[in-house]
Amino acid sequence: MTMITAVKKIGSRQDLEALRKELVKERRAERPVISLCNGTACRPYGCLKLTEDFKKELAKQGLEGKVELRVTGCHGLCEKGPIVVIQPGDIFYQQVNSEDVPEILSETITRGKIIDRLLHTDPATGRKVVHRNEIPFYRKQERNILGNNVEINLANIDDYIAIGGYTALAKALLEMTSEQIIDEIKASGLRGRGGAGFPTGTKWESCRHAPGDIKYVIVNADEGDPGAYANEGLLSGNPHSVLEGLIIGAYAIGAKQGYVYVRNEYPLSLANITTALRQAEQLGLLGTNILGSGFDFSVRINRGGGAFVCGESTALMASLEGKVGEPRAKYVHTAEKGLWNRPSDLNNVETWANVPLIINKGAEWYRKLGTEGSKGTKIFSLVGKINNTGLVEVPMGITLREIIYDIGGGIRDGKKFKAVQTGGPSGGCLPESMLDLPVDFDELSKAGSMMGSGGMIVMDETTCMVDIAKYFLTFLEEESCGKCLPCREGIKRMRQVFDEITEGRGSEKDLEFLEQLSATLIDSSLCGLGQTAPNPVLTTIRYFRNEYEAHIRDKKCPAGVCKALMHYYVIEEKCPGCGLCVKECPQQAIAFMGKKKPVVMDESKCIKCGVCYDVCKLGAIGKR
Amino acid sequence: MVTVNIDGRDYEAKEGQTVLQVAREHGVDIPTLCHHEAIEPYGACRLCIVEITRGRRTRIVTSCLYPVEEGLKVKTNSPRVMSNRKMLVELLLARCSKNKVINQLASEMGIEKPIVRPEYLEEEDCMVCGLCVRTCEQVVGVSAISLVNRGITKEPASPFLESARDCIGCGSCYYVCPTGAIKMEDKGDKRYLYNWKVEFKLKKCKVCGNYWAPEKQLEYIRKKWNLPEGFFDICPTCK
Repeated sequence: MTMITAVKKIGSRQDLEALRKELVKERRAERPVISLCNGTACRPYGCLKLTEDFKKELAKQGLEGKVELRVTGCHGLCEKGPIVVIQPGDIFYQQVNSEDVPEILSETITRGKIIDRLLHTDPATGRKVVHRNEIPFYRKQERNILGNNVEINLANIDDYIAIGGYTALAKALLEMTSEQIIDEIKASGLRGRGGAGFPTGTKWESCRHAPGDIKYVIVNADEGDPGAYANEGLLSGNPHSVLEGLIIGAYAIGAKQGYVYVRNEYPLSLANITTALRQAEQLGLLGTNILGSGFDFSVRINRGGGAFVCGESTALMASLEGKVGEPRAKYVHTAEKGLWNRPSDLNNVETWANVPLIINKGAEWYRKLGTEGSKGTKIFSLVGKINNTGLVEVPMGITLREIIYDIGGGIRDGKKFKAVQTGGPSGGCLPESMLDLPVDFDELSKAGSMMGSGGMIVMDETTCMVDIAKYFLTFLEEESCGKCLPCREGIKRMRQVFDEITEGRGSEKDLEFLEQLSATLIDSSLCGLGQTAPNPVLTTIRYFRNEYEAHIRDKKCPAGVCKALMHYYVIEEKCPGCGLCVKECPQQAIAFMGKKKPVVMDESKCIKCGVCYDVCKLGAIGKR
Repeated sequence: MVTVNIDGRDYEAKEGQTVLQVAREHGVDIPTLCHHEAIEPYGACRLCIVEITRGRRTRIVTSCLYPVEEGLKVKTNSPRVMSNRKMLVELLLARCSKNKVINQLASEMGIEKPIVRPEYLEEEDCMVCGLCVRTCEQVVGVSAISLVNRGITKEPASPFLESARDCIGCGSCYYVCPTGAIKMEDKGDKRYLYNWKVEFKLKKCKVCGNYWAPEKQLEYIRKKWNLPEGFFDICPTCK
């Protein structure tokens, strides 16, 4: 692990370049690198212990100093963690255990031998893949933003500088005017990655032109969508990229103070951005006269208390001010009156991380990737009933099918795809017929969903779409701030209708009521939470109306999820009367009728816990 | 000055005014519940929604918060406004099914029967407009109460749901509440504000002997305005 040898302020571009060269020389030393994921998702798999094991084993085998152990942020393929990538050779090992460590060092590192059992298997061909860039999960991705995670020891500024970090800052501060930076960002077509997709350059421009001497820039790291951890993977894995973007933005806008609002449930992000901040301060990349440009800027970190609504810009600002996190009307934009009524620019973690890339490589380069209205790449947390769960970064315009099947490796356990949910609780559920939809801001919203901050939940045939819509409503009902009537009362009424439908008391009129109520929420709610809350309801009604009708008319849940509408029964011809289910049933609802005779179930006693279904190895318990 | 068009007629308005202010100045009726001229607009009840057109874009905004601008076109009762407003009243009615004010509003909107299933009707009086809390903070200046909790459990309350220590018993919350959700009572020499679990001793007029205001409130005013001791010994009627 490289360390800052002497904390000396970088006072100029020459200083930065000199430091970079020194660091590169150190990194280029001909020694193998073991890049070990220590991201949040790999931690429950025991990667922290694995890191210690590697350290001990390196010492034991006398490899200390001869091999670089790089402890990094998220590598992406979280499903198969802990992940180890070895250079040279780009060798990808997955699901690595403590027992594998001595062998990795003695075989792969010392003798260059590949350990077959640790390799990734291509789910399509069944073949083992050695190199990371040949794994289908990575092949179709464009990891422009996330890719550097594997190059950087967690929150290590030396590594970041060695791979060219803060050169964009130097270019922006020393070669470009504020206008030129804003023009470049505008020309790049970058749109806000937090969900709504507002053009970033335009936002910066209005904040720059807003009257007032004191302005603020803010990083929104309050990612709260269920199933989404895209911002987490980026902020914990490469905090300096976010910070660099923020400083460039602050310079362009004319802000001297920045804030990072991180949810407290992201301890790793919080720790790493805090470290990154301290390192940047020590090196003089934050503070006064940054890189000799005369520009002063400092950043503070605020921890969010976990309210979903605080991801909304005005609620976040209220929370930053120490008030209750309630949104306010944005008829006067936050670019004019935001934090403490001063012009404020708030962007998502991922938006900020795109900035250095655009400044370094130019808008022209950036625009090459993506669609007409959406440029660049987008990070998604690909989760749910999919083979390769993880963080993926794809070019805008890629189809849902490519993400789910080529990158995601298709649906788990050979089941059938049913729907994909993008945009979290504010997004919608898209059916199989929409799989060829190109993923960009406009196409997703046309289909009734939205980009959101990067959640992508894949559902299979065992998912009940009515139940899913109810789940999101229940989430939003709890997370509504309660300030405005339509959101507070409307979501509750919708959820009540869903209670009725999923318990078999729904009527045809309910769908009409849901649609009417949705229209009012969209039109008259105060903030985005209420305005988008009907999306899961409306898209499931639009694309899965038959499931609603089955619940309402036939009083059946086709997926067998809604308990009140579902029954377990004994398939007599399959049941040999082994009695396993009889033993396990907590309600004594199943009776043993003697050997080789099928068991008998008393439905009136059944509480639908599903234990019988789970324990029966012969498939003799059915659901209907 | 800017020119704003409301329901087809042009009106002169001062910059910085809200659509609601301009409308009310000219006698255009827009219903509100959470609005009061003496208090900063808040935008909670959404009843004051109107449809505005700027350029080619038409959308629904709350008139209590929307600042006027040159050439703004406003419709206060378009079909889209009315269907939304009716649904909002339905939501109010479902929550406050027995409340007189809300029932009156519902019948004015032509609602005969609540749209929500009878078993889900609630009998609240408070619809969480926050006027009591905002008055206490912005007008009285004591912030004795606040809105607590989130979402459907949000309600105005005293700190920790115990007796509101800073309350001066002025009753502004009671007077400003649009739905009569705050219960206040003067009995003998005592005033009770039941919602905030407080009671106050009332001051007796030295002339007529009537109990006329809470002693704590009078003391608060006397100190705030630097009035001499004994200033409130005689009630305003006898003065």
